[in-house]
Amino acid sequence: MQRIGVFVCHCGSNIAATVDVKKVVEMAAREPGVVHAEDYQYMCSEAGQAKIAAAIAEKKLTGIVVCSCSPRMHEATFRKCAERAGLNPYMVEIANIREHCSWIHKNMEEATEKAVILARAAIAKVNLNAPLKPGESRVTKRALVIGGGIAGIQSALDIADAGYEVDIVEKTPSIGGRMAQLDKTFPTLDCSACILTPKMVEAAAHEKINIYTYSEVEKISGFVGDFTVDIRKKARSIDANKCTGCGACQEKCPSKKSLSEFNRGLNTRSAIYTPFAQAIPNVPVIDREACIKFKTGKCGICSKVCAAGAVDYEQKDEIFTEKYGAIVVATGFDTIKLDKYDEYAYNQSKDVITSLELERVMNAAGPTKGHLERLSDGKHPEHIVFVQCVGSRCSDERGKPYCSKICCMYTAKHAMLIRDKYPDVKVTVFYIDVRTPGKNFDEFYRRAVEEYGVNYIKGQVGKVAPQPDGSLLVQASDLLDNKQIKMKADMVVLATAIEPDPSVRPLATMLTASIDTNNFLTEAHPKLRPVESPTAGIFLSGVCQGPKDIPETVAQAGAAAVKAIGLLAKDKLTTNPCTAKADELLCNGCSTCANVCPYGAISYEVKLINDHGVREDRRIAVVNNALCQGCGACTVACPSGAMDLQGFSNRQIIAEVDAICR
Amino acid sequence: MQELINRAKELLADGTVVRVLGWRKGDMDYNPEVAYFNSAEELDNFVYDGFCGANLSKYMIEASKLEGKTLVFLKPCDTYSFNQLLCEHRVDRDKAYIIGVGCRGKLDIEKVKAQGISGITAVSGTELDGPDSIKVSTIYGDFDVAYTDAMLERCHVCKGKEHKIYDELIGESKDTHDMDRMAAVAAIEAMSPTEKFAYFQAELSKCIRCNACRNVCPACSCRKCVFDSTKFDSQQKANVDSFEEKMFHIIRAFHVAGRCTDCGECSRVCPQGIPLHLFNRKFIKDIDELYGKYQAGETADQRAPLVNFTFGDAEPSIVNERGSK
Repeated sequence: MQRIGVFVCHCGSNIAATVDVKKVVEMAAREPGVVHAEDYQYMCSEAGQAKIAAAIAEKKLTGIVVCSCSPRMHEATFRKCAERAGLNPYMVEIANIREHCSWIHKNMEEATEKAVILARAAIAKVNLNAPLKPGESRVTKRALVIGGGIAGIQSALDIADAGYEVDIVEKTPSIGGRMAQLDKTFPTLDCSACILTPKMVEAAAHEKINIYTYSEVEKISGFVGDFTVDIRKKARSIDANKCTGCGACQEKCPSKKSLSEFNRGLNTRSAIYTPFAQAIPNVPVIDREACIKFKTGKCGICSKVCAAGAVDYEQKDEIFTEKYGAIVVATGFDTIKLDKYDEYAYNQSKDVITSLELERVMNAAGPTKGHLERLSDGKHPEHIVFVQCVGSRCSDERGKPYCSKICCMYTAKHAMLIRDKYPDVKVTVFYIDVRTPGKNFDEFYRRAVEEYGVNYIKGQVGKVAPQPDGSLLVQASDLLDNKQIKMKADMVVLATAIEPDPSVRPLATMLTASIDTNNFLTEAHPKLRPVESPTAGIFLSGVCQGPKDIPETVAQAGAAAVKAIGLLAKDKLTTNPCTAKADELLCNGCSTCANVCPYGAISYEVKLINDHGVREDRRIAVVNNALCQGCGACTVACPSGAMDLQGFSNRQIIAEVDAICR
Repeated sequence: MQELINRAKELLADGTVVRVLGWRKGDMDYNPEVAYFNSAEELDNFVYDGFCGANLSKYMIEASKLEGKTLVFLKPCDTYSFNQLLCEHRVDRDKAYIIGVGCRGKLDIEKVKAQGISGITAVSGTELDGPDSIKVSTIYGDFDVAYTDAMLERCHVCKGKEHKIYDELIGESKDTHDMDRMAAVAAIEAMSPTEKFAYFQAELSKCIRCNACRNVCPACSCRKCVFDSTKFDSQQKANVDSFEEKMFHIIRAFHVAGRCTDCGECSRVCPQGIPLHLFNRKFIKDIDELYGKYQAGETADQRAPLVNFTFGDAEPSIVNERGSK
């Protein structure tokens, strides 16, 4: 029989205001096995932990239950406390009477009853606990960064500077990401390329960084410290070692009708192309769907003009496998599709564009060479209307419920830049709220209004109607004047909501990293562990975790790098002893557990089993403790109940359920 | 039938197999039993007729542990069970010599009795190449019953006349499918929760926990059943709930979900006539609807949807949505 101590935390008033902690102590003391029960204001405090340690020593406790906050908060604290007091740390159970109870209840009587039940379940479980001993696993001193935008580049540079090898995997032909597509950056209005390209060059030149562009992650297995990743290098059709980047092939390529991805489809590119002038690597790729040689077998001009003989039509996708200790996800974002927003006439008029398209229009390397002109007829616009929150803060299923965060600032930037360069152009911005928290952000916005005379109108645009004369009729409401307005515009720019790059979904599945309903990767703790995924060894960098601007992205990228470095700096990791184990007498050897194991931790061996005197060779499941992450998938899939999870055994779970239902 | 006996004798004689797994004459014409035959002489009692419904696949688990090969006769639907057991590494393909036997549907004596026929002394005409109606002799006289009218429910939803695994084939098979397999499940799905509960309470309360369904089920092949193990607290739960039978049958249905080939043995052997196969069919229907058509035992190397993962799998939200329909 266990000797159990129960410690009920008030958590100040967090718990005690809704739960009668004295009553919980009184009821817990009556449970089987409980020899000690007390309450204290803050169990996690030094004084609280001292009380636990003292009780363990005095009452010779063999197990403890702490009724407090979520185990995610303080399970580690109390385990360490127990260990210092000489108790096996896995003899500690947490009854979550805060998040699961006091915070969500108003009625004290009901909350107290629930807290008693939760304590009872934890006591029932600890009665069946057994001491567990963690093992050790090794750390591969190499990091993988998925995504080569500013977030990925920054994380890679920081990790590499700490002395660890880093591989960047980028799916497009060049690193640089969205930032490479931007013209100027707020709030300082410096040129995006001017501050990004030095970083791209630094990453490319860094002896610890390997860049795999036009590559994708194919498969991920393993666990923190020891991931095995298959990376597919898509066939570039160019031998990167031979290519000099002279560009002759692109000039001569006769297939020039493919829409330029880099210029958001506003102009065309050749079938053999580098996405932009500063691309890294400066090695083109052949778009096999557009290439005449691949489509008809005839052409081959690029190969003929290539002095270096770098064009290789036979090149095939190549898959290589590498081991990593840590993985940084920096998959970034895209703007949402506007198919469902017919009222803005985006698909009907070339003069209705997204803000990201405007970046390309304003950029000297863009489709209009940096001249502000209507894309339909090339005419100089007289009036430009900006529409904010297109798809952001949206209550219906067409858009996103969240604020895309960057739009207020870039719209102010666009308005200001246009007014600065073309003082004759009138600029109107329709907004719901202008949100400018950030260093020098509000000053920036006010400059747009006060110094540059941008006309901000609080209200939403209801309809943009293309007119026969080529102009656009904008119908909107002015909420401050409470009136409907109609105005003629020559261009309309939509501040389109951003969403995580769609590639993140399958990637999250491969990583077993959780994502939220908007496909943003979830952090381990929204406040205290914002750059770590709940899956150990996976770190989050940039917009894949949530909307953010460049300074925030760079800061988070650095933070993710530090977390990765902290992991890579360790020689050994302590493994979780809560792993699965097969009962050899019950195991059927049916392979169901191995089929469902996401970590490949289960194999089979034929073993001589003595089943109550009957000796026979049986096919038995064997769990590799280093690979098992204790997810429990096998335990529920096992038809005979042979598979059990140490620390969360079937009996323990049933005992908890029984205690709750009693 | 004689062809089967002759072939079995040959295989025994040339040493291909050391025993034969088949059916032996019972005390009545309608209750032949599963039996091993170790010699040519023993085979004189071998029988194969319309009442040989028993699925021999599960017996191959034990036969796989014996020395030498076993000749086993499998009907088309039995081969699915054999494949499923191969999937689960429960039988040894190298220990089995499979003769795929022809089948024109199997008979259910209860169906005959349900026509008001009692005092049965003999039944004839049930052989594979027999006539379209069987002859039932009773103490009150003889009756003719159409073969299809005496068929087991499972044969009316026959999976097909094709054997999925075999070494050789003897006898013509017939696809006897003439009813919608999921009609009864759909009818239960359409009930309100209260009606469903009442229906299952009425059916399952007939259960006497004889364990026949579990013992005959090829998917219920655990070395130690959870209901027999002291490791789980499932035993003493029996006397705390007046409707305890539901636990047994629902847990059993969950345990065989995705593995059940719908061989129908559970319902065939139930002495209380409970339509146990409907539980399993509900799972099959759900799996088909959520993950695409899947037939357990179709091949010996497939991954069942419930123990597999693909990017095309239905999302949990979709599962809930469809489940609530």
